Amino acid sequence: MAHFLPLPDAVAQNLKSGDTVAFEGFTHLIPHASAHEAIRQDVRDLTLVRMTPDVIYDQLIGMGMVRKLIFSYAGNPGVGLLRRLRDAVENGWPHRIEIEEHSHAAMANAYEAGAAGLPFATFRGYKGAELARVNANIRSVTCPFTGEELAAVPAIRPDVTFIHAQKADRKGNVLIEGIVGVQKEAVLAAKRAVVTVEEVVDDLAAHPNACVLPGWTVSAISVVPGGAHPSYAHGYYPRDNASYIAWDKIAADRGEFLAWMKHNVLDASPEDFAERTKDLRSAA
Amino acid sequence: MSELDFTPDEMMTIAAARALKNTDVCFVGIGAPSAACNIARLTHAPDVTLIYESGTIGTAPTVLPLSIGDGELCETAVTTVSVPEMFRYWLQGGRVTVGFLGAAQIDRFGNINTTVIGDYDAPKTRLPGGGGAPEIASSCGEIFITLKQSKRAMVEKIDFFTSFGHGEGGDHRARLGITTKGPTLMVTDLAVWKADPETSEFTVVSLHPGVSRDMVQDTCGWTVRFADELSETPHPTEIELSTLRDLRARTKAAHSSGAKTGEAA
Repeated sequence: MAHFLPLPDAVAQNLKSGDTVAFEGFTHLIPHASAHEAIRQDVRDLTLVRMTPDVIYDQLIGMGMVRKLIFSYAGNPGVGLLRRLRDAVENGWPHRIEIEEHSHAAMANAYEAGAAGLPFATFRGYKGAELARVNANIRSVTCPFTGEELAAVPAIRPDVTFIHAQKADRKGNVLIEGIVGVQKEAVLAAKRAVVTVEEVVDDLAAHPNACVLPGWTVSAISVVPGGAHPSYAHGYYPRDNASYIAWDKIAADRGEFLAWMKHNVLDASPEDFAERTKDLRSAA
Repeated sequence: MSELDFTPDEMMTIAAARALKNTDVCFVGIGAPSAACNIARLTHAPDVTLIYESGTIGTAPTVLPLSIGDGELCETAVTTVSVPEMFRYWLQGGRVTVGFLGAAQIDRFGNINTTVIGDYDAPKTRLPGGGGAPEIASSCGEIFITLKQSKRAMVEKIDFFTSFGHGEGGDHRARLGITTKGPTLMVTDLAVWKADPETSEFTVVSLHPGVSRDMVQDTCGWTVRFADELSETPHPTEIELSTLRDLRARTKAAHSSGAKTGEAA
């Protein structure tokens, strides 16, 4: 059953050091506010899961909170590479992290398997590709009916998944619209799920086929207007491209990165996100 | 030069766009392919179906997306599906005729690396990784590639096989049980290359206007094969050029300011 909680309480009750955690979103609805709260609470030794790690994973890695990264495409979308991730992988700063690398198809199927309560996912993939050589979790199975050899990867089962969505109703049912990514599967695959929303409404006014997560699939809901910034929330505010471009420069220098994190994350609060999207909303 | 002035990058994008047919269903990769695919849609192939891995099917953006998940792609699409559905039903299900990819590093057999430069465990440069490409390369009917020529990108031996092209050449794909054609076409800023039907090696079939064989060889890390009957890539037409320039101008205006992207939310 979804509990409506302030974000600091929702994070404290659902995320612990040592957890496997997914902050999912596919360019759209990236849960920035939740990741920033996790950074403020200084949880450590995390295994991060996500198909497309971007700026928030660069921040979590740069702050030394991450032990392992499970992913399929790590980049600053539309801008370039993730510099804090590169520094960790190439130079071991602030410490080395373990990498488990897949393709998108593998990750999407692995989330689905997790949501379906299956131990592994099978799909036609990785043919001729080299990732299987460096990732022991890419194996193969033989189809019992046709004899075809197929790729197999373990199901993804996060301890907790964080997502951002447009709205929830007062019973805690959550509506996601636009590019829905892999968020539904990531929530259903996880033991616990925390959802930040732009607003709470009396009636979701959802189309019968809309992507709705019933309240009983969610552990906690926090109302954080602007909580996806600088990514976007379809229908509320557009993507803040300038912030993504600026991140490339901020993340390039260790000192500049740490100063930015202190000012914009450690000394900030969930309420600051509303301010960051104020102008974007009027442009929308 | 010709009656029209154009840059090598414009020639590349336009020549790549021409490869798409109106009936194609195309899985669009990040970067250079996106411009080419949308120019095809805005010129000779208005009904081409463009699919981005974020889940948008049949999208028709008015500006080029800055990333594969921009709201513009969703708003103009026939439908938007979840990412698992995209990879299971649409890509793996064999419903895509062309995968259009870029490359950080490529060899003469169309094998692509977007994972690491150097050793995997101690890389010189950690690149973003494969994303959708490993399965795009094996599940789409055929693969088109577009990239700017450089010795850094076009190498004798790639550092990592992110996505499999023709492996060591010949029938290597078929021997691995892959039933699709793989890379058949590569369009660079200097030339159009096609995979040889026998050896599967990329062979230059046409040089862009003003380009010499030496210019192609000097910017390529392997010994280039040229077709016996080498032609010249047709010049961009006025309509192709103006369509590309209008699209780039709209895109630049839309993305130049973060707070005013012009993206309807």
